Amino acid sequence: MDAVGSEVTPGVLAARVRKARRNGDAPFFLLDVSIEVPQGITILFGPSGAGKSTLLDCIAGLTRPEEGRIEIGGDVLFDSSRGIHLAAQKRRIAYVFQTLALFPHLSVEENVAYGLNNLQQEKRQERVGEILAAFRVEKLRKKKPGEISGGEKQRVALARSLVTEPSLLLLDEPLTGLDAELKAAIVDDLRAWNTAKRIPILYVTHSREEVDALGERVLAMENGHIVSAGAPMEVLDAPRRKKLAQAAGFENLLNGVVLDLRETDGVMRVRLEESACEIEVPLGYAVAGDRVKVAIRAGDILLAVERPIGLSARNIIEGRIVSLEQRGTLVITRVDCGTLFLVHVTPGAVRALGLAAERRVWLVLKTHSCHLVA
Amino acid sequence: MNLDALFLSLRLALCVSSLLLIIGMPLAYWLAYSSWRGKFLLESVVALPLVLPPTVLGFYALVAMGPHGPLGKLWIALFGHGLAFTFGGLILASVLYSFPFAVQPLVASFESVDRKLLDASAVLGAGRRRTFWRVILPLSLPGVVTAVVLSFAHTLGEFGVVLMVGGNLAGVTRTVSIDIYDRVQSLEYGEANRMALLLLVISFAVLSVVYAVNRRVWTPWAAK
Repeated sequence: MDAVGSEVTPGVLAARVRKARRNGDAPFFLLDVSIEVPQGITILFGPSGAGKSTLLDCIAGLTRPEEGRIEIGGDVLFDSSRGIHLAAQKRRIAYVFQTLALFPHLSVEENVAYGLNNLQQEKRQERVGEILAAFRVEKLRKKKPGEISGGEKQRVALARSLVTEPSLLLLDEPLTGLDAELKAAIVDDLRAWNTAKRIPILYVTHSREEVDALGERVLAMENGHIVSAGAPMEVLDAPRRKKLAQAAGFENLLNGVVLDLRETDGVMRVRLEESACEIEVPLGYAVAGDRVKVAIRAGDILLAVERPIGLSARNIIEGRIVSLEQRGTLVITRVDCGTLFLVHVTPGAVRALGLAAERRVWLVLKTHSCHLVA
Repeated sequence: MNLDALFLSLRLALCVSSLLLIIGMPLAYWLAYSSWRGKFLLESVVALPLVLPPTVLGFYALVAMGPHGPLGKLWIALFGHGLAFTFGGLILASVLYSFPFAVQPLVASFESVDRKLLDASAVLGAGRRRTFWRVILPLSLPGVVTAVVLSFAHTLGEFGVVLMVGGNLAGVTRTVSIDIYDRVQSLEYGEANRMALLLLVISFAVLSVVYAVNRRVWTPWAAK
């Protein structure tokens, strides 16, 4: 471990939180999680309504959990059994909201200096200058938030919360609505900043792309609970739950019944509901007759205009194109195989193969592209 | 033209609107942010002067301020003279009467401040006081201007309460509206007209300020 001088080494966030929510007619919701966030970026991933923002609010002290304990490197911020509930303004936690919440009546400079109230004027100016430079927004000093672009606002919001030298950074989908390039640039600056400060960062998102770009550790959350944790690939490429699969970008979620298990081949056969389609999927915890859900990414499906032969892929399904819909650089193709499949192809492929509605096609699925979810 | 009455009215309106600003801000803050379930009761009390005839309010104010009323007794004990038919009594009654005109715009503007900004302020280490002065108040400026201007204009134009509590003492409680009434009673239509016109112009100017502020004509941070 390298020396960090007189600075206190920032610690790990350990939080155990229980909070029930009764929201009018909405069903009873219980947030019940226990997490540990070490230094570096940890992603909190899950569909909207999973309780991600509520968890962040509890950690920041904006909402009081009914039960639990929150500490950062040994400093207790909340402990229901000892009646400790530190006010938000005393927690030294930085929190960037989805809406960013920049003060519209203050200039960029004043926004950034807001959290440095207890410093002397000179020292404050120095720190503001440093952080504005680190996030490349020095030129905007005198501008009001209403006069700068979305990406610039996000940089200013990050600078404002990090200038206070917090012991933890909470980010609630702060980069929503930015294009990939801009996002990557901001994330790089955030990473560069954090190599020096090394605090735990908890980053909430429901965008698969952001997970791939940031990915160190992922906590997957659903319906108030952490459902899995680990490296992004482990957690998101083989989701074990339906909602998470949808959130992680599995466009095809199909109901099926297990026909038989073939242990020696490492597969089992599943008949998809409402069709005669039979596909092979990796062996899972199931017995013949079980009802299962199969998740398949639209981008993992190959499309052929003639029956393919000599492939290692075991699942070849005949169908008919229902519709084609172009979205940016991909074409969403709906194929009726008794049950409806979504397939992503490129506009080039559509032209080269002459794809059109009513055209007969074959779908090719690798066994390992088919994931069982609960 | 009877400038005494005009200056008296302006002095009264100024006192009342500044007092209401001082009393109204903490009350409006509480009404905007408290989660107490009985809050609606206080909201109703604040709104009462909107629906009560000025004579009813003036009557109770007069009774309370009279030598046998609780307020009157207290006043006599403190200052040696009664409160009814004095400038002080007029201020007190006017404050009550203009209460909703100051408090309601303040509550509305405090409530319209984005809660996330308050959260952001707290997370950045600011306590309630600092959050109020640095975030809530600057962002509620149109509401503050509305509150001051409306309570000023409303006090300037009041008649019933003044008549009940203040009577008609030249230089002490004879305000513009009473003066106009007097002129009409004594058939001095020309003089009444001049005063009435002046009041009309002042009221129009004052209301224009309110609407301009609420259209954000001058607010510098409004998105263009």
